[in-house]
Amino acid sequence: MSLLEVKNLGVRFSTPDGVISAVNGVNFELERGKTIGIVGESGSGKSQTVLALMGLLAKNGQTTGEALFEGKNLLAMTPKQLNGIRGDRISMIFQDPMTSLNPYLTVERQMTEVLELHKGMSRKAARTRAIELLEAVKIPEAARRVNMYPHEFSGGMRQRVMIAMALLCEPEILVADEPTTALDVTVQAQIISLLKDLQRDFGTAIIMITHDLGVVAGVCDKVMVMYGGRTMEYGTADDIFYRPTHPYTIGLLNALPRLDHEGTELVSIPGNPPNMAHMPAGCPFSERCSLADARCATEMPPLVAAADQPQVLRACHKAGAEVIALKHKEPAHV
Amino acid sequence: MSFGWEENQMWSYIFRRMLWAIPTILAVVTLCYVMLHLTPGGPFDSERQVSPAVLANLQAKYHLDQPLWKQYAYYLKDLLHGDLGASFRYADWSVNALVAQALPVSLSIGGTSMIIALVVGVGLGIAAALRQNSMVDYVVMFLGNIGNTVPSFVLGPILILIFAIWLKHPDGNGYLPAGGWDGSVRYMVLPIALLTIINVATIGRIMRAGLVETMTSNFIRTARAKGLPLRTIVFRHALKPALIPVASVLGPLAISSITAAVVTETVFALPGLGKLIVNGASNRDYTLVLGLVVLITVMAVLFNLLVDLIYAVLDPRIRY
Amino acid sequence: MFFRRKQLAVAGAISDLPLASVQGRSPWADARRRFSRNKAAVISTVLMVLITLACIFGPMLLPNAFDDTDWAAISMPPTWAGTHWFGTDELGRDILVRTLIGGRISLLVGLLGTLASVAIGIAWGAIAGFLGGKTDSVMMRIVDMMYAVPYLVIAILMMTLFGREFYLVIITIAVFSWLDTARVVRGQTLTLKSREFVEAAHAIGVPTSRIIFSHIVPNLLGIVAIYTTVTVPGVILTESVLSFLGLGVQEPMTSWGALIGDSVGKMDATPWMLLFPSLFLCLTMSCVNYIGDGLRDAFDPKDR
Repeated sequence: MSLLEVKNLGVRFSTPDGVISAVNGVNFELERGKTIGIVGESGSGKSQTVLALMGLLAKNGQTTGEALFEGKNLLAMTPKQLNGIRGDRISMIFQDPMTSLNPYLTVERQMTEVLELHKGMSRKAARTRAIELLEAVKIPEAARRVNMYPHEFSGGMRQRVMIAMALLCEPEILVADEPTTALDVTVQAQIISLLKDLQRDFGTAIIMITHDLGVVAGVCDKVMVMYGGRTMEYGTADDIFYRPTHPYTIGLLNALPRLDHEGTELVSIPGNPPNMAHMPAGCPFSERCSLADARCATEMPPLVAAADQPQVLRACHKAGAEVIALKHKEPAHV
Repeated sequence: MSFGWEENQMWSYIFRRMLWAIPTILAVVTLCYVMLHLTPGGPFDSERQVSPAVLANLQAKYHLDQPLWKQYAYYLKDLLHGDLGASFRYADWSVNALVAQALPVSLSIGGTSMIIALVVGVGLGIAAALRQNSMVDYVVMFLGNIGNTVPSFVLGPILILIFAIWLKHPDGNGYLPAGGWDGSVRYMVLPIALLTIINVATIGRIMRAGLVETMTSNFIRTARAKGLPLRTIVFRHALKPALIPVASVLGPLAISSITAAVVTETVFALPGLGKLIVNGASNRDYTLVLGLVVLITVMAVLFNLLVDLIYAVLDPRIRY
Repeated sequence: MFFRRKQLAVAGAISDLPLASVQGRSPWADARRRFSRNKAAVISTVLMVLITLACIFGPMLLPNAFDDTDWAAISMPPTWAGTHWFGTDELGRDILVRTLIGGRISLLVGLLGTLASVAIGIAWGAIAGFLGGKTDSVMMRIVDMMYAVPYLVIAILMMTLFGREFYLVIITIAVFSWLDTARVVRGQTLTLKSREFVEAAHAIGVPTSRIIFSHIVPNLLGIVAIYTTVTVPGVILTESVLSFLGLGVQEPMTSWGALIGDSVGKMDATPWMLLFPSLFLCLTMSCVNYIGDGLRDAFDPKDR
């Protein structure tokens, strides 16, 4: 049995303008100690997917489907049952470390309360443990800085505090929602390698949400590419990164700055992410896809195993070989 | 941004805030004093019509025979010694003596209602924010609407109409000090109720809005992700930031409460500072009104100073 | 970042106003559409127009004059028979006509006082925001200081000293009601100042005063529209309080506040003297508040 098994997950929001479907029919599995990357642009539904697992959706959000954590459905739990798991066995770090820590409480208070709650530790023991974790995430002078308020830390240091806080109870799963987006590029690399080290030391499985395929390549075992609330392509990191066959994945990869191809222009995907309130009837990407035809606009392609790579699931009416052939002929847009 | 929260920084902040309070008070005093001097028929006009006894008082207090800047210097010196001056109408009364009678009345009613309003308003605001669209929430919104649309000088008479006239007290005396103020609790019920209702409306509405907004912030999402129960999230994580908007209206609220207090004392015939200043204004007792303006301004500025300090305690990010 | 702490919630919402639309519908058309969808605001606008018309034309159409004594009807309760539908006071004067006449004064003071206050606020805020630096901090310090001053007692002092003329009431009120406007206008000006068209005007040597009044002020109109409505209730209230205390407009002229003040102490015998002016005043207050809310929502992009 997988540690986490997400089956046919859907997220809907009821808004004054009608019901908006943010996530549709998402399936994935996560094994102990492994990492899955969920990749997509903003509005692809990647964040809502994990917020749904954590029971952190906005009040007007509703879920369908199942998310089995060790066989128990997270989506059907009472708030109390969920609170027993959140922060203890599954914990989460967020995109913006500037606002995700409580500015009115010291780091010590924000860390010790987790241990007091889940492990029944005394404040003193919890404090010692908190300092250990701060040292583990390489915060200098942890014993002194634990008493400070978040605004007294830099952005990168705050994200380290967030990570330390998430790892306090040595959770089975760490959900990282764009953990590096708000940080400087040099700090990004440090945080990613820190996460890798910690995963090795603690044996934590990671769900890594990102719009940056570059982050995914180095860290993840499996990758799910999402667009418009649906899975576009799902496979191992190597398959997705080196042998992409979905037009959207190829577009994302082309948009990456590469050091090894000197002089080539950066290629962006034309158009904007879809408006969630007005989704096309067919493939959500059809409006921006240069290969799309009439069928793509009206009929949603199912997520099925690729003919030539059965370990890869893809949702596209065009065969993988066809996409690659057409993409190569296409002049790069600047 | 500061590094470390240090005691002496806090004290220097307090000191600097106090330095700002002084020019505010000085500006008000000077402006009012100058206005008084410009008033035809006023105490400093040679054509004033007052009794010889009062004139003697004025002469002694305001040094009318001296040059203007000296008069002003004497006046400031008196103020520094806590002397608010002499009455322009009553030879036997100094402003201080009048204040000594009126201040306790105003403070007991204003202070009591402010404390009740804070406790009840914050409590109602929390309840309303946590149970949006429930009964409590509607009560808070309804009170908030009353506070916005029914001013104190309408609500006061309506309270009298309902409780003192239509639902007359069994012993026939009522809740109004018809036979004179004796400081008994019965006469304080309606005025305190009036001031409380007016302030609960504002505090409750702002507390509700503050908590609702705080509960949607990212750090509350983090707290939920940590598995904390709602009670801990609200009282440990959300209460402080939600109280900051409440603290920020305490200053303006105190200022508008002065208005409400003046009205309340007039409506309920309470012999407090508000009644005193209105009577002084009606009698054109210029020096009494000036003295009261100075006193009330000092109290208001000091209260604002206190609010700033509450701020500093609530928000660790305050720049000292 | 550390924002001005005492800025009211209103100001926070307003400072995000769309200054100019980059594409699509004009922000004004957008705002109008959102305003017209707000039922409370639309109803309030209609009611407000009705109240205003009644106050202007009512006294001309009704048979009684506001200062005429009807000896046949002293302290008469409201009745459909005859012409005193709202009853009369202890001098036999018709409450309906007096309420409408009082409304003229209250609304007129509300209008003039607000115009004066908003004019001061715009000038103060725009100048402070545009000049910046020392001037700005001194000017805004003065605003901060004035917030801490108990305006009512100073207004009482001014009314005591200078008499109770109509225009003095307006001046007294305007002196203390421009602070919010000044703060918000300053904030907007700071944002506008850094925008391209202002920098361009600077670059080609347009004088500072011209930049302020022909480039900055026109772009503040949205916010001014809101703040005008937000200021009105406060101005009407201050006039009412002063008149209620007997320090505002004087007999035989009257206003809602004066009528209410007049009724206190006579409520045993003539409670209708309190109820009708109060009703008009509270109705006006809540209408103006709803209109202000409607405008704010209409211009606030956050709730789109």
